[in-house]
Amino acid sequence: MTAEEWQIVWFTAWVSALSTVIILPFGLALAWVLARRDWPGKSIVETFVTLPLVMPPVATGLILLKLFGRRGALGGFLHDQLHLDVIFTWRAVLLALSVMSMPLLVRAARVAFEEVNPRLEQIARTLGAGGRRVFFTVTLPLAARGVIGGMLLAFARALGEFGATIMVAGNIPGKTSTLSLAIFENVQLGDDPRAFRLLGVSVVLAFAAVWCSEFFLRRKKAT
Amino acid sequence: MSLLLKNISLPLADFTLEVDVEMHRHVTAVFGPSGAGKTSLLDLIAGLRTARSAFIQLDDHTLTDTVKKTSVPTHRRGIGYVPQDLALFPHLSVRRNLLYGCKPGGVNDPSFSFDHVAEVLEIQPLISRGVTELSGGEKQRVALARALLAAPRLLLLDEPLANLDAPLKAKIIPYLARVRDEFQVPMLCVTHDRFEALALADEIVVLVDGKVRQTGPVSEVFTRPASAEVARLVAVETLQPGTIMSVNDGLATVSVNRITLTALAPATASREVFVCIRGEDVVLQRDPATPSSVRNRLPARVVSLHPEGALVRVELDAGFPLFALVTRAACAELALREGEAITALLKAPSIHLVPR
Repeated sequence: MTAEEWQIVWFTAWVSALSTVIILPFGLALAWVLARRDWPGKSIVETFVTLPLVMPPVATGLILLKLFGRRGALGGFLHDQLHLDVIFTWRAVLLALSVMSMPLLVRAARVAFEEVNPRLEQIARTLGAGGRRVFFTVTLPLAARGVIGGMLLAFARALGEFGATIMVAGNIPGKTSTLSLAIFENVQLGDDPRAFRLLGVSVVLAFAAVWCSEFFLRRKKAT
Repeated sequence: MSLLLKNISLPLADFTLEVDVEMHRHVTAVFGPSGAGKTSLLDLIAGLRTARSAFIQLDDHTLTDTVKKTSVPTHRRGIGYVPQDLALFPHLSVRRNLLYGCKPGGVNDPSFSFDHVAEVLEIQPLISRGVTELSGGEKQRVALARALLAAPRLLLLDEPLANLDAPLKAKIIPYLARVRDEFQVPMLCVTHDRFEALALADEIVVLVDGKVRQTGPVSEVFTRPASAEVARLVAVETLQPGTIMSVNDGLATVSVNRITLTALAPATASREVFVCIRGEDVVLQRDPATPSSVRNRLPARVVSLHPEGALVRVELDAGFPLFALVTRAACAELALREGEAITALLKAPSIHLVPR
């Protein structure tokens, strides 16, 4: 493994981890609302949450490209007001990974929240706990396994993201090149040994993440 | 305490819960069959459900007023709630369950101190355990203690004995009675068991299909049901205070108004009891000399006869008021008339002794 290959592995791992951390508060809030509240039009929100899972990733990437490009609604605002460019930078990788992995976290966390007996939350309230305290002392600890399992699934999904990333971040060596992008590029260039080395690393990383998430999700069912 | 439940209307699956009642006693039992809306009523008082209309006031504090659109959130109501499934937090130890509702700075009332509550409910040996390592009765006591440690202004108990078998019930009732006597907390206790209501409550609210059918002191509702429906539910025509004189071989000798009865001994240690006799368990006989297996043979006088459908309700004076339910045919055969002497037969197992 060359220094350049290690850089790709390192960049992929930490940007995936960072995206998982960033989507955590939003994903948990969304999952909680979907699990505990009812409102007209809830099914539309549910569909939107799941959409990135089933749409072609390239199509999701194209939507993000249009939104966050300098002429896009959000990209224009970020560029003019905050002098932040997203497209074709590491931030675009982060954005693509976050959007693509969020549904997995939300779905796992929602199921975990739904499995918490609402009676426990209600009784916590009669004992003087406000909404926030109930969430952090009753709901979240009881749903922890499912939430951690969901985070690991989201992390694993981010590690392997390809389609959306290449649309919004391109494949710039040393800047936005992730494991999947580099494997694809090296196969295209005929550098098979290098592609296989990177393949080996990604298999190990993905296996570890999924194995851990299975551990958490299954143990939860057993108890 | 005074708890006002006015103009309450809450649509449920099969009927609408409609309640208009005031409770002023220390312990009130909400009594009714399963599915009468009892738990929904407790949820409304705790602020866990929203009614279509409701006015709920505890002492001087208005908790819910749908007309003025005010509602105190659950966590500020100061109402302790022990639900039927107890809802102990499975991820916390017994100690952390108990401390969950404790105010950080402690409470002014020393009776709600940890040591006192732990002593009354005898939970000291359980504190370091996990919730899953507790037996049914221990869980019940921990749930009670957890609610009390939050120093509530009112304690709601949902079927506190429903999930326990008979010997365990007999063990828990004294704890509930101690909570009633040791703490100045008014209690509202939901039950479908008439003996449970008798053992714990001063006042009773009979709830059937979401409507209040009768309210009043327990002994009054049980002996003078306002309707045939309530009578069927409570099904105790005779209710008299008595004192257990002695217990031998599982049989208790009870004195009621200086009349001595033999009954099955109750599991509790209390000597002061209510003697409960259902009307259909009282057998009437003309000839006092005929031998039989019946333990209690009471010379009595017929006070009055009240026909109720196919049955006649016979009020007797057996040294205490005793009610018998007999068929019209039996009444005619015996030629029962007011003022006449008769013998009332009572089998020992049909005399229920409930601690008071």
